[in-house]
Amino acid sequence: MLKTFKIGGVHPAENKITADKVIKKLPLPKTVTIPVAQHIGAPSKVVVKRGDMVKAGQLIAQSAGFVSTNIHSSVSGKVKKIDSVFDSSGYKKESVVIDVDGDEWAEGIDTSPDLIKTTGLDAKAINKKILEAGIVGLGGATFPTHVKLSPPPGMKAEVLLINGVECEPYLTADHRLMLERGEELLVGIDLLKKALGVDRAVIGIENNKPDAIEHLLVLCEKYSGIEVSPLKVKYPQGGEKQLIKAVTGREVPSGALPIAVGAVVNNVGTALAVYEAVMKNKPLVERIVTVTGKSLANPSNFKVRVGTPVKELIEAAGGLPEDTAKVVSGGPMMGKAVANIDIPVAKGTSGVLIINEEEGHRKEVLNCIRCGRCVGVCPMGLEPFLLMTLAEKKIWEKSEHENVMDCIECGSCSFTCPANRPLLDYIRLGKQTVGGIIRSRK
Amino acid sequence: MDKILTITPSPHIKQGDSVKKIMYTVIFALLPALAWSFVVFGIPAVVVTLTSVVSCVLIEWLIQKYLMKVEPTINDGSAILTGILLAMNVPAGLPLWIMVVGAVVAIGVGKMSFGGLGQNPFNPALVGRVFLLISFPVQMTTWPNVTQQAVDATSEATPLALVKEGLKSGSTVPEIMQRIPGYDELLLGNFSGSLGEISAALLLLGMVYMLVRKVITWHIPVSIFATVFVFTGILWMVDPMQYADPLFHLLSGGMMLGAIYMATDMVSSPMAKKGQLIYGVGIGLITVSIRLWGAYPEGISFAILIMNAFAPLINNYVKPKRFGEKK
Repeated sequence: MLKTFKIGGVHPAENKITADKVIKKLPLPKTVTIPVAQHIGAPSKVVVKRGDMVKAGQLIAQSAGFVSTNIHSSVSGKVKKIDSVFDSSGYKKESVVIDVDGDEWAEGIDTSPDLIKTTGLDAKAINKKILEAGIVGLGGATFPTHVKLSPPPGMKAEVLLINGVECEPYLTADHRLMLERGEELLVGIDLLKKALGVDRAVIGIENNKPDAIEHLLVLCEKYSGIEVSPLKVKYPQGGEKQLIKAVTGREVPSGALPIAVGAVVNNVGTALAVYEAVMKNKPLVERIVTVTGKSLANPSNFKVRVGTPVKELIEAAGGLPEDTAKVVSGGPMMGKAVANIDIPVAKGTSGVLIINEEEGHRKEVLNCIRCGRCVGVCPMGLEPFLLMTLAEKKIWEKSEHENVMDCIECGSCSFTCPANRPLLDYIRLGKQTVGGIIRSRK
Repeated sequence: MDKILTITPSPHIKQGDSVKKIMYTVIFALLPALAWSFVVFGIPAVVVTLTSVVSCVLIEWLIQKYLMKVEPTINDGSAILTGILLAMNVPAGLPLWIMVVGAVVAIGVGKMSFGGLGQNPFNPALVGRVFLLISFPVQMTTWPNVTQQAVDATSEATPLALVKEGLKSGSTVPEIMQRIPGYDELLLGNFSGSLGEISAALLLLGMVYMLVRKVITWHIPVSIFATVFVFTGILWMVDPMQYADPLFHLLSGGMMLGAIYMATDMVSSPMAKKGQLIYGVGIGLITVSIRLWGAYPEGISFAILIMNAFAPLINNYVKPKRFGEKK
């Protein structure tokens, strides 16, 4: 029996059409647009001005607090302007726009492919490097990694979980990373272990990536304290709480952080970024992005510089198909539909999904037939039908009592509803309102 | 940029199951048992079924079009399903005007008065059936002779009615059982009853199909069967002269049709699995109580309706296990 989480879950069609597409380096764009708020926490403070010449890897915006991070230029060239530009959120955000000129890297950055396995750095020094390199969670949540590695006083991490689940349909960026950058990934995990002071790390991988599981199992033999845990394919196993439950059997209490059960979860992409930051001195300025969709001519996995317009990725994958209805930044279950494709790739952009006309529109909403499927699939054990009604009727107190704040917005309820009810839309409304009420109490 | 993109919140994909698919899956699951009733009871069964289905669909259409003034949704299949279930709950040869009255009550009172599909607290087909049973007790309990029925030529009564009457007149259960078809007959459907009462095997086949298609889960039918089995089993072991054995109770009457197709009606049953178990146990207990000590030989329709009334209460108090619940 393969491990998995116990409550709820769905199994959408996997559609991993890019699973065997080797990661290609995307050619440098003419300009990049780098938003200063591409992570959870305070937007970083810009430290360059218009007309400045910058090199790839050079700091352009500085961390503005503990929960914040540094941002570096992903290219070399001239700062064209500092302006408000639309990003994937649909809002205008302060961004540094750089005209690309050549590909010159800042001093001290090792861009060679040579593998470096050992370092004399201690936990504190590693954590400092991670903060300096601007590393955030690359699974999509973009929570600053140095914060995760600094447990609050009195809490102690016991196990490091590495998220190689990639439970979102279509996406294969993490899958390819595990296959092609396995050795570097393991060094990165070793560094994270050291930074956290734990002696055990487990990489959770869903069973639909047997090649990645096998590859890492072989590599792991050379590293003590790193295990691979194959997991049954079930969405949303990549959710932090679900992954912890699946691998360790522990349940993070409602409202608590993973550290409450001694676990810290980091994505495989994050672990690779840690390797590059610590061993190669390279800040987080590029990432792997899956560009995919049923109608797309050449779905691919690209290594992309942060700030590259999404449009260029789509062009490189064969251009926007005629029957495009939606462009989603991220996967189909939790990704964000974007209004235009000029928006830049950010640190958290794991995929660009093109959805065709056939699947791109919502169907007519019917009466709830009380089939209870939303209750059955909710991985947090909530009652989505009830939370939706409570939000519609604006009954916030009961909404809070029914644990609306526990919702992880995985979308399993809306996905499964046979009456096409917009359950998650209303639950988000409930979460936002109830969250506001809770904050105002303090 | 020339292409205008659609914006919606996530998720951006759908499982592909729809209300319509669910309804037609249940209808499909019922077809073997329905077809068998046509074989056993002949043309009258076909006529009764057609009357019921056509009336149900027509009444829903009329009410939606002219009373509620909304776009009729009769092609979602729910009215057809109610029609079939209602027909399976009456004897073949029921006067057709009574069948139409049943359809009006089922759809008009049981379903549309609450706002249509999804809003009704009670199973509409059962509302129709119970209304007919109370209003037209004679017609509703006049079962046609089954041609293959060799055991007792005068037996128009159902096995459950025979037991009830027999006990009243002082016979013991083993004596009565002599006049009742064997378990193989009960399983295959060689005896008299309502259209949907006679073939346990085919109804079970439909259950397996619905379980595989994930239209129902095992919780409701299994909890009903288990409760009935245990409850009647205890009584049977205490006094086999006065109480029929558990297998007889499972195979006779509307047990299969009720537990598999009527109690599992999504709209009127609880939503969480734990709640469904409580609901099933409730139905089992009430059914057996009515069968053994009530005025009617069969009680599952009443039992389901009573537990339907409790479903909102169960939903309110029986919550699914929350992830990370503080104990």
